[in-house]
Amino acid sequence: MRKEVVDGLFPAIAGTLLLILTSIIWAIPIGVASGIYLAEYCNLKWKPVFNFLLDLLAGIPSILVGLFGFAVSVFLHKHLSEHIYPCFLISTLALACLVLPYIIRTTEQSLVDLPFFVKTTGLALGASRLQNILLILIPYNLSRIISGIILAIGRCAEDTAVIMLTGVVAMAGIPNSLLSQYEALPFYIFYISSDYNSQEELMKGFGACIILLSICVFLFTLSHLLKRKAAIRFAIHTLILPERKVMFRQNPNIETRNKFEYQMTK
Amino acid sequence: MKPFIEKFAEKGFLFSAILSASITISILSFMLFFSLPLFKGGEVAEFFTFGWNPYEGRFGILPMMAGTGIIAFLALFIATPFGIGCSALISVFPKQSFGIFLRKAVEFMTGIPTVIHGFVAIFLLVPFIREIFEKGTGICVLSASIMLAFLILPTIVLFLSDAFNAVPKSYLDAADSLGATPVQKLIYVIIPSTWKGIISGLVLAAGRAVGDTLISLMIAGNALQIPRGLDDAARTLTAHIALIIASDYESPEFKSIFICGLILFFFTTLIVLFLRLLGHFKILRDR
Repeated sequence: MRKEVVDGLFPAIAGTLLLILTSIIWAIPIGVASGIYLAEYCNLKWKPVFNFLLDLLAGIPSILVGLFGFAVSVFLHKHLSEHIYPCFLISTLALACLVLPYIIRTTEQSLVDLPFFVKTTGLALGASRLQNILLILIPYNLSRIISGIILAIGRCAEDTAVIMLTGVVAMAGIPNSLLSQYEALPFYIFYISSDYNSQEELMKGFGACIILLSICVFLFTLSHLLKRKAAIRFAIHTLILPERKVMFRQNPNIETRNKFEYQMTK
Repeated sequence: MKPFIEKFAEKGFLFSAILSASITISILSFMLFFSLPLFKGGEVAEFFTFGWNPYEGRFGILPMMAGTGIIAFLALFIATPFGIGCSALISVFPKQSFGIFLRKAVEFMTGIPTVIHGFVAIFLLVPFIREIFEKGTGICVLSASIMLAFLILPTIVLFLSDAFNAVPKSYLDAADSLGATPVQKLIYVIIPSTWKGIISGLVLAAGRAVGDTLISLMIAGNALQIPRGLDDAARTLTAHIALIIASDYESPEFKSIFICGLILFFFTTLIVLFLRLLGHFKILRDR
């Protein structure tokens, strides 16, 4: 029984899911906290610096993030312990670095885009700054933040360049510790495409493609639906003010209106 | 006096922001750290030559830079007309359900994994290209460029259709009242007034084309030469990084990939700075 399972795609699927789960566990707290800091606390002196560095991180090719992970593991191998090789842990950390900017940007933007009255009502009622953020602003925009996180999960699932340099292998079975090597779907597809011996293996490659594609499509659709829900809710809530009602009549496109709103709050 | 928890939370938020910003700096410093011995030894000039042959001790990475440039340029060349056409169809011409459907489809394209693009290209595009050239394997610069064009098309289309949407309505109304057809409106009003947006979109797409690894690794052929024609194989910087897995961490091959990394890093920096020059901050929002 066990042998049959090991021979199939199961280790790759399990590896991908574990990879996504672990990287997102690293990335969510740091990403959301940084987004909150940039939207609510950061002063104008430091904001450009943070923005520039995060833009750069978002623009860096994913292979460089992989190379960074690889370099870190080489560095640790030399200076800390002989037992550290590129492994599952390094991969998840590198993937977390890759998707951090997405989470930070959506969190920050969703907080910045909030209408002025939502931002100030809690404060006027005596809530402290932290209470205002955690109890009012974030729940108000939760679906948009989650849509960003889901998009980040999708990036984790599809990325091949990062894991290729940080410890994924073609045959490893299910990872049994953080320091072991593992399999993943995108790498399996890449491996099959370059080195298949039989028609059966090729069919397995197409199977892996379909599974990966359906994971990504599912995540993408979910993220889109949540974003749409947030936009509709946003539109309904901001319709309360009369001058906004006029604006809406002139320009019923929700996305353009959001931009306008953003400019007004700036 | 703020309560302890408030202060603690603020410090925590600050710490995570600094942590995430410092990732960029540490990526740069790791690249520098590993390629520093080369700068010290004065061997850097050796890397910017045309020959790569580890057995003879030649480690020129110029062929890879040329391959990257050619493939990215060709991809951009193929994708630009399609990109402008699609975004015009989405934003300029009278809103129809087809435009909305097209935008949804393009957004959907951004969600497809790169590795699947490559996998499909190997079995659909490559045999087709092979038949056209009637020689070679079909794994060549042209296939990689076409597939890369597919990959960067959504970036261009989404960026441009947003830019086209942002044209002031008064301009369009003025053109309409003078009796302009939609095509005339596009050529004489919208494109001149959004040239900044068009250039930014293309630069962003160029950044994606240069940074992509899988497509060029799978279907560009990875040959160590400067491609002389569309049917030649080539290797890009990103594919070079992925291919060199040297067990000897002190070897020049191993160090050369960090030089490649530095070049890619500086290219990204240039793109980000250029986009800022054109007034686009927070690039991710535009993607």
